[in-house]
Amino acid sequence: MASAPLFPLEARGLTVVLGGHTAIERIDFVLDAGARIAVLGPNGAGKSVLLRVLHGLIAPSAGEVLWAGSAARARDQAMVFQRPVMLRRSALANVEFALAMNGVRGPERRARARDAIERVGLSSLAARSARVLSGGEQQRLALARAWSLRPRVIFLDEPTASLDPAAASEVERVIGEIHAAGTAIVMTTHHLGLARRVADEIVFLHEGRLTERTAVERFFNAPQSPEAARFLKGELPWNKSSPEPSAD
Amino acid sequence: MHDILSSFALALSLIAGGDAELWRIVALSLEVSLASAVFACALGLPLGGLVAVREFPGRRVVIVALNALLGLPSVVVGLVVYLLLSRAGPLGSLGILFTPRAIVLAQTLLVLPIVAALARQFVEDAWHEYREQLTSLGVSAVRAVPTLLWDLRYSLLTVVLAGFGRAASEVGAVMIVGGNIDGVTRVMTTAIALETSKGDLPLALGLGVILLSMVLALNAAAYAIREWSARHHG
Repeated sequence: MASAPLFPLEARGLTVVLGGHTAIERIDFVLDAGARIAVLGPNGAGKSVLLRVLHGLIAPSAGEVLWAGSAARARDQAMVFQRPVMLRRSALANVEFALAMNGVRGPERRARARDAIERVGLSSLAARSARVLSGGEQQRLALARAWSLRPRVIFLDEPTASLDPAAASEVERVIGEIHAAGTAIVMTTHHLGLARRVADEIVFLHEGRLTERTAVERFFNAPQSPEAARFLKGELPWNKSSPEPSAD
Repeated sequence: MHDILSSFALALSLIAGGDAELWRIVALSLEVSLASAVFACALGLPLGGLVAVREFPGRRVVIVALNALLGLPSVVVGLVVYLLLSRAGPLGSLGILFTPRAIVLAQTLLVLPIVAALARQFVEDAWHEYREQLTSLGVSAVRAVPTLLWDLRYSLLTVVLAGFGRAASEVGAVMIVGGNIDGVTRVMTTAIALETSKGDLPLALGLGVILLSMVLALNAAAYAIREWSARHHG
């Protein structure tokens, strides 16, 4: 299962129309193994929709998503949602459920679940009911759940939104470890500091269109598209260094 | 007023004194109502869950029909089951008319739509919330049904109890297909109806008190379990 070719992940002319509104329009891009991409753009630019199409949750209205040239939805990929849904069972059992649904059986299931929980630093809460964990803990549990599946690409939708700085930096540490283990990362975020520290490249969306894809330093110093330049002008004073906008 | 009070006192002494006839009736009532609730839930919960998550032609019709069946007149169900089970009917060879099994069948038919319709509503609401996450984890809609039912177990407890309550408090259908035969198919509700018309108020009142206490106790338990689950599972 883990050996089938997955990369490159290609989006060709992706267009998604939801309820008469064009969410993304003619997006082309290619993702190679181990890449780290942050998808930036203002609210409503289509960032979350792009992630969902790539992950296979939304069928494109036009265009296609190809995994190593095949249109079949790849299995070795996972997604962590902005508000992850936890089942009413223990944190550990939530991870075990994901493994069970992906055909991991017996002692291996328990071992992999424990390992994933440990990697995100939740071992002491493994027996706690997942739904009563704090937002930051649930986000890390969601990362553990996704990570336990050993994906080769992981989609993260606003992984640090509405987390306090301490929880956000924990999540950032886990993302770093996931990437260090060789998993490609595609992440949407509003936290430019996070994008800058975690990503190698920035994909910028504006009103459903991809306006540029640039290496991270270059993007922040000299964005190629006027839309991105305007976005950075508006956003930077608040977000460049701190993970949360200041509350003045 | 004095009559009622003295009947009530007599009823309480029947309950306290362990009156054999009274407790036999209570036991049979519990037995058939529990069996009906179990059958109705075994069929109705997965059925409601499937209707909630699956898109299929005629889905709306099924939902409207399920909801309409909530108000199913019990005497009509009784009549239909009677016709099915009567000697000339299609299931006449089973020979179960006027037995507790006939009561279980009629009550199951009455409770099934309640369980299915309510389960459909609960599961559909949860499916909106869980759908993307479960799909992302590789769970198909059909496979999601047992997961959703289990995740909603504390809410669905109310549904199960509503079904049991409907079965236990049912009179019309039970009277028709059971026949209220002393010692065989006499349950609390039909006994109350009969004893009241005969003027044996203490027995009727005693059974009424037990029926009411049972329903109260069950609902209190369900409430307590939901409170507990909200604290422990969120």
